[in-house]
Amino acid sequence: MAPPSSRRSGFSKKAQFSQFAGYLLAGGFAFLGLSLLLLSLWQPAAFAPMRGVAGEVVTPVGTGAAVARTQSDGVLANIAAYFQAGSQNAALREEMEIARIRLAEAEAVKAENRRLKGLLGLADAPVKPVATARLVGSTATSIRRHAYLGAGSSSGVEPGMPVLSERGVIGRVLEVGRNSARVLLLADSESVLPVRRAKDDVIAFAEGRGDGLLRVRLVNLGINPLKVGDLMVTSGAGGYYRPGVAVAVISRITPDGGIASLVAEPSATNYVVVEPVHQSVAVTALTPGAESYTPPPAAPSAYQGASGE
Amino acid sequence: MDRLDPRARADIYGQRINRAPYAWRVRSVPYASIMLGSILPVLLIADVMPLLPSLGFLMLLGWRMVRPGLLPLWAGAPLGAFDDLVSGQPFGCAILFWSLAMIAIEMIETRFPWRGFWQDWFTAGGMAVIYWLATLLLSGAPVTPEMFLVALPQAVLSILLYPILARMVAGLDRFRLARARRID
Repeated sequence: MAPPSSRRSGFSKKAQFSQFAGYLLAGGFAFLGLSLLLLSLWQPAAFAPMRGVAGEVVTPVGTGAAVARTQSDGVLANIAAYFQAGSQNAALREEMEIARIRLAEAEAVKAENRRLKGLLGLADAPVKPVATARLVGSTATSIRRHAYLGAGSSSGVEPGMPVLSERGVIGRVLEVGRNSARVLLLADSESVLPVRRAKDDVIAFAEGRGDGLLRVRLVNLGINPLKVGDLMVTSGAGGYYRPGVAVAVISRITPDGGIASLVAEPSATNYVVVEPVHQSVAVTALTPGAESYTPPPAAPSAYQGASGE
Repeated sequence: MDRLDPRARADIYGQRINRAPYAWRVRSVPYASIMLGSILPVLLIADVMPLLPSLGFLMLLGWRMVRPGLLPLWAGAPLGAFDDLVSGQPFGCAILFWSLAMIAIEMIETRFPWRGFWQDWFTAGGMAVIYWLATLLLSGAPVTPEMFLVALPQAVLSILLYPILARMVAGLDRFRLARARRID
């Protein structure tokens, strides 16, 4: 379509000036945008309050979408299950037999654990979740992997708190609004999490790669002890997460560790819980400028400092 | 006297006599649809890769191409500021690139006043790909080679989606200017 002829200014001084003013304004806004962009790349938390307000607007809409999503997931799963019912039934029966045996073993280990802990005088109080909410949305157009949570500071959620699903770790609270919060998912390339292998004490860092997988880097280099299929759990170093929560399963071995896929996929969750920071006293002591806590850039270095790398 | 065919006095915006479009619709529909384009992708949970191109940016390009002169030259900045709040990019990213896109289209339009669909698509596709690359590099997170691989479908989709969105914008424009108000 040809531009309307009113855009030709001709001899009209008014039209000429308004066209010039338009260019000036647009150029000025572009420059403003550039300076805001540089500011927020330098201080990522600078515009958190404004994003919090926007989150409040998105959350009610997202809650409806989240309900629809979990229900439609169920429908699809039901249809898929119908087609595989026979073979799946046999496989599941066999799996359950084995699981029962393992459960009995786990009970025994748990009892022994309790006894040994009693001997040592250690007591882990059961963790009471701060809030239970749905993941109501995510940044699906950006390369960043953030999610929106339907609970905020009014339910006691604070930046830094771990977000877990019934399967394992989802991520960490990054910014908080009144009734919504922004969660840094594990797959984000800025996320770093101290982990260890579930069956022994091989410790490592799990870094997001930005493509939904985690890069597990061993702390002690040497012969790589990891195997495909190893489960990595949180080690508790850094003080944010309580130890022993499932994080990822190794799917490929690399010279310095492995590539792992997530145990708890955010899109497959129904509800998630926000837990309090595991060792909040230690975290506060480690964070420089304890009052003004800035989540994203400070957190990875805090982890690394805490685990003595 | 025979009644005339009622369609004889109507055009695509409805009957011409005794009817007028709603003023609020005329003003708000472009802005509301672009903001809706910014919000819609937020409702999806993406845990592996970006699922959709920036629909807000594509809608802005669509409105700018389909109805030249409707959005003021500086409209990219406030709309971009809203997109920044929900998109997950660092604040200022969309303000900068949406403003630059508006200025660039204005200059292209001065150079080629008569444009066709294919040229519009070419311009919009080129801009969408440049925007995709810029947002990828300036996301505030370390850039890894894997990121380009998982974000590639987003670039392809943003080129392929433009014609559909341009048709949607044309439909929204008819809705915007529909003479739905009866003047008594």
